[in-house]
Amino acid sequence: MTQGIARRFQISTLAAHLVLIGFTLLALAPTLLVIMNSFKPRKEIFGAPLALPSFETITLIGYDTVLKRGDILHYFQNSLIVTVCALFFIILFGAMAAFALSEYRFPGNRLIGLFLVMGIMVPIRLGTVGILKLMVSLGLANTLFALILVYTAQGLPMAVFVMSEFMRQVSDDLKNAARVDGLSEYTILFRLVLPVVRPAIATIAVFTMVPIWNDLWFPLVLAPGESTRTMTLGAQSFIGQFITDWNAVLAALTLAIVPMLILYLMFSRQLIRGITAGAVK
Amino acid sequence: MGKLVLEGISKRFGAVEVLKTVDLDVADGEFIVIVGPSGCGKSTLLRIIAGLSDQSTGKVLIGGRDVSSQPPSKRGIAMVFQSYALYPHLTVEGNLTLGLKQARTAASLIAERVAEAVRILALEPFLKRRPGELSGGQRQRVAIGRAIVRHPEVFLFDEPLSNLDAALRNQVRAEIADLHRRLGATMVYVTHDQVEAMTLADRIIVMNGGIVQQIGTPSELYRRPANAFVATFIGSPGMNMVPGTAGGGVLTLAGSGRLPCSAAANGAVTAGIRPNGFEVLPGGNDGLAGTVIASEYLGAESFLRVRLADGTVVTVHEHPDHGWLIDQPVTLRLRPGNLHLFDAESGLRIAEGPDAAAQPAAARVA
Repeated sequence: MTQGIARRFQISTLAAHLVLIGFTLLALAPTLLVIMNSFKPRKEIFGAPLALPSFETITLIGYDTVLKRGDILHYFQNSLIVTVCALFFIILFGAMAAFALSEYRFPGNRLIGLFLVMGIMVPIRLGTVGILKLMVSLGLANTLFALILVYTAQGLPMAVFVMSEFMRQVSDDLKNAARVDGLSEYTILFRLVLPVVRPAIATIAVFTMVPIWNDLWFPLVLAPGESTRTMTLGAQSFIGQFITDWNAVLAALTLAIVPMLILYLMFSRQLIRGITAGAVK
Repeated sequence: MGKLVLEGISKRFGAVEVLKTVDLDVADGEFIVIVGPSGCGKSTLLRIIAGLSDQSTGKVLIGGRDVSSQPPSKRGIAMVFQSYALYPHLTVEGNLTLGLKQARTAASLIAERVAEAVRILALEPFLKRRPGELSGGQRQRVAIGRAIVRHPEVFLFDEPLSNLDAALRNQVRAEIADLHRRLGATMVYVTHDQVEAMTLADRIIVMNGGIVQQIGTPSELYRRPANAFVATFIGSPGMNMVPGTAGGGVLTLAGSGRLPCSAAANGAVTAGIRPNGFEVLPGGNDGLAGTVIASEYLGAESFLRVRLADGTVVTVHEHPDHGWLIDQPVTLRLRPGNLHLFDAESGLRIAEGPDAAAQPAAARVA
């Protein structure tokens, strides 16, 4: 009897794992394809797109082109500045807004909360024309600052929503004890509450960082100039109307994955705690 | 110096009145316990004293100073919370000193205060540990230590024992009583547990529905409860409440008998009799007729549950080896001076009711 249960349990575990492995492969396949093909010559890319690079075919020509022709390090730097600054502002302002919404009772509290949730539902790209006009009149067109502003606005609603949920779980007693000890509200937020909601911050960091890094739309519209080009936009310069240097495009995209991977690994332990905390609750 | 005065404190959230005009005068060194069921406004009142919540009307005076508009850290109070509320990222030492450092206290004075708290609470072995590495009782001691180092004029306790298990609760309760004796400080203590209230307090404030029901010493509350709520809330097991009619010095309990009572009572009343106010006699005697339906044996004593003729079930205190059987008809006779009468409608005590028997409260079980 117990054996039967154990076997059934094993079978269902196996089935679950099969589904998960299948899904993982499905999700990884395009990335693997990009990485694989970035090491192959052009003929092989089109001749046998699914084949692994062999000893005869392996080549670094794509990377060679990328590093020689484009100002790739500069693009990297631009992407990094935009992503890190946007992330910093999202977490800073998001935490402050979330603390206000979760901690204080004031008229319009729920209304502001709802307004911010609406920001999650309405895609910011719908306002591209207006944003472009605004940036031009502010003299911010073709600056990294314009991108940072837009991405901060784009990421804030989700950040406020997630963090205020987490902050509601921080014990009132703890905050009150700090008030009795004479800590200011800012100290309570930054020294007491933020460390406790660290998993939430990691979750937000990962979920907002990737779309910003990968975005092509706003760099193309707001900062297409050579000096402000981001990584994704830089990779596009190898795609021409008539001739596309696929080696270079794939190599550039592969390089673009690396920093995200590093940042993700940094946040991932906290991230998993954050996700399970939300799921189990 | 540690005097606490509340003048006409009330609190409303929108249209909901959660506290109705509280006036209170706490003497220096007094131990006050605020007790009541959950949602009675006791915690709100404590938070108003602490300055963590604003009162809608009224004034808070601590040590003769009006602190109504002062932040908590400037009121001369220290608070111990139910969930300990220790800073998780600081060591015990860090927890003890943070408040003083925040107030820019001189390092030598901080060291002196910490040494004092460590000595009083025997915290020495834990100083370098973090709260996560301590047990519940140890955490609560650190929380008390954090209050002591502030040298407050008034200590505030918000249900400090609720998160501890029963054995530890008795131990920490004794430590708090001991602490009060040694420091001689003014303490305000909120709890929903009437046993804690009775054992710790110099004076108890019983609250219900945002209204102060009665303020008095434990024995005053036990012997002369001001209304039916206080009567049933204080004492364990609770006072038996039996409906009846009074007139001309005779109390008639529905269907089960007549008792002599105060001539002041007239009309519909509720008779309150504590479990130890009855004497159990065999059926057919003069008194209240009933049937034994259950017996709870507790070792040193036991409690009978007796159903009266009108269906009301009362709890009666008896010797542990009483010999009454289930379903046996019995007569309950009232011991003199054990009848409390309350107005059936308002629940208020009817004056000239006799004192409860002057014997010790044997019916209380921890």
